[in-house]
Amino acid sequence: MVEVKNLVKKYGDHTALDNVSFTAEAGEILGFLGPNGAGKSTTMNIITGYISSTSGTVTVDGCEILDDPTGAKSKIGYLPEIPPLYIDMTVRKYLEFMFNLKKVRLPKKEHIDEVCAVVKIKDVQNRLIKNLSKGYKQRVGLAQALLGNPPVLILDEPTVGLDPKQIIEMRNLIKGLGKKHTVILSSHVLSEVQATCDRVIIINQGKLVADSKTSSLSDTLSSSSSLLLRVIGSPSGVMSALKAVEGVVRVEKGAQVSEDGCYEYVITTDKDNDPSKGIFYAMAKNNSPIVLMRSNELSLEEAFLRVTEPVASVSRKGGKR
Amino acid sequence: MGAIIKREVSAYFTSAIAYVVMAVFFLFSGMFFWNMLYYDSSNLIIVFSSMFMVTLCVLPMLTMKLLSDEKRQKTDQALLTAPISVWQIVLGKFISAEIIYLCCMAIYIPMTLVVACFTAPQWGIILCNLIGMFLLGSSIIAIGVFISSLTESQVIAAVAGIATGFFISMLDNISAAIGVDFVTAIISWISFMTRYQNFYSGIFNIADAIYFLSVIGLFLFLTTRVIDRKRWS
Repeated sequence: MVEVKNLVKKYGDHTALDNVSFTAEAGEILGFLGPNGAGKSTTMNIITGYISSTSGTVTVDGCEILDDPTGAKSKIGYLPEIPPLYIDMTVRKYLEFMFNLKKVRLPKKEHIDEVCAVVKIKDVQNRLIKNLSKGYKQRVGLAQALLGNPPVLILDEPTVGLDPKQIIEMRNLIKGLGKKHTVILSSHVLSEVQATCDRVIIINQGKLVADSKTSSLSDTLSSSSSLLLRVIGSPSGVMSALKAVEGVVRVEKGAQVSEDGCYEYVITTDKDNDPSKGIFYAMAKNNSPIVLMRSNELSLEEAFLRVTEPVASVSRKGGKR
Repeated sequence: MGAIIKREVSAYFTSAIAYVVMAVFFLFSGMFFWNMLYYDSSNLIIVFSSMFMVTLCVLPMLTMKLLSDEKRQKTDQALLTAPISVWQIVLGKFISAEIIYLCCMAIYIPMTLVVACFTAPQWGIILCNLIGMFLLGSSIIAIGVFISSLTESQVIAAVAGIATGFFISMLDNISAAIGVDFVTAIISWISFMTRYQNFYSGIFNIADAIYFLSVIGLFLFLTTRVIDRKRWS
């Protein structure tokens, strides 16, 4: 549906995007993840034709953005980081304007009503946009993107500035939209991408560093898993008992948790040989009660840090050259 | 393009801009008209010639926010990612300002009718004046649209636009002060004043009309370049 090939964007000497390629299939929710200033917005602005690339191609549903900008743009609904709202218009007037601007060929009144119902802004239709709260403004921005039922939706940080309840609503809304549209959404919040997206692309300093299914992202990035343990008892005895258990690769002693001699341990385990049971019996035998034992799986957060760090060091080396 | 014109015209009337510009325009036209009647004259040329500087200095108020505000509010993202060309955006903005300008010029209908009550008006000369005035105003609007595309601040756009209008209206005085022959020749060729003088004297010279149309075309073209340059840099 959306195909991005070898995208490069340079601002003078600064390379904002360095050879980025990816595709988004029809009906997929693609998460675009990266720290601030990684090039997420730049990529989105190029896909939507707001700015041009230095080199590389973007194809939206068969239309190349440079050869057929009008065709490609008519297939995209775009919600930029700051919703492009005319604050001196009412919501209804604004949506009518955007409807005409996009040359949508659908029954006007019914279609705008429908979109308003989807994003739940029916009750504010006749209010001036400047008087709306941030959450409502964001929804009006989304409504504007939905006009004309474009096959591709591009949402740049759609949940920034919303309160937790609104964030959950917005996520559910986007999930619902993902059934009918191809959605590309950017975020620097990992849990958000984890919650909404089928696939995630991580971008750092203008380079693509990871591209995988959300579910398998943390798996693919770590070869072993780990356990977090809190045990009461003398650390040295516990350590040696733990090391003896089959399946335990490494034990690290953490901080003391409470006064009664409870310590925290992080245990690196063999992926194919879960030592949980063995640990339980070993501790029982050692007379050291286990207060807490849970899987210390690599969170997306850690996976993210892991993939973004090496690139940073590589580019530093590049700078010295 | 129709959507942009419709939005801009209604934005002119929801903000105070259209009313202020029209009020100032009507005030000066009325003042010059009253002056004309006071001296028992029915010669509308007095009004049209006096309006030269007013037109140049008032109309930049119409164009000050057309493109500068889009950039500041980030609404240009909606326009530039919509399936329309940059030309359509610029033309839409230009035409919406033209519509307000035509509303301003509508004041000359009752004035002409008042004159017609006393004497048979010289329709040819009046028509020539109206065309001249429209072309003059359209040129400064096109220049104003261009200036508006250069900045994000409507205050800067307004000040620069009015200063430009003032400079254009003073151009002939400047060339007279310089007093070098070839400079005077060049300036009188590009001077709006010299061209406009022909119109209000009742001379419809096709070269003058083409000159104003070229100015409009040039500045609208430059505006599209400015918008595109930002996207390509």
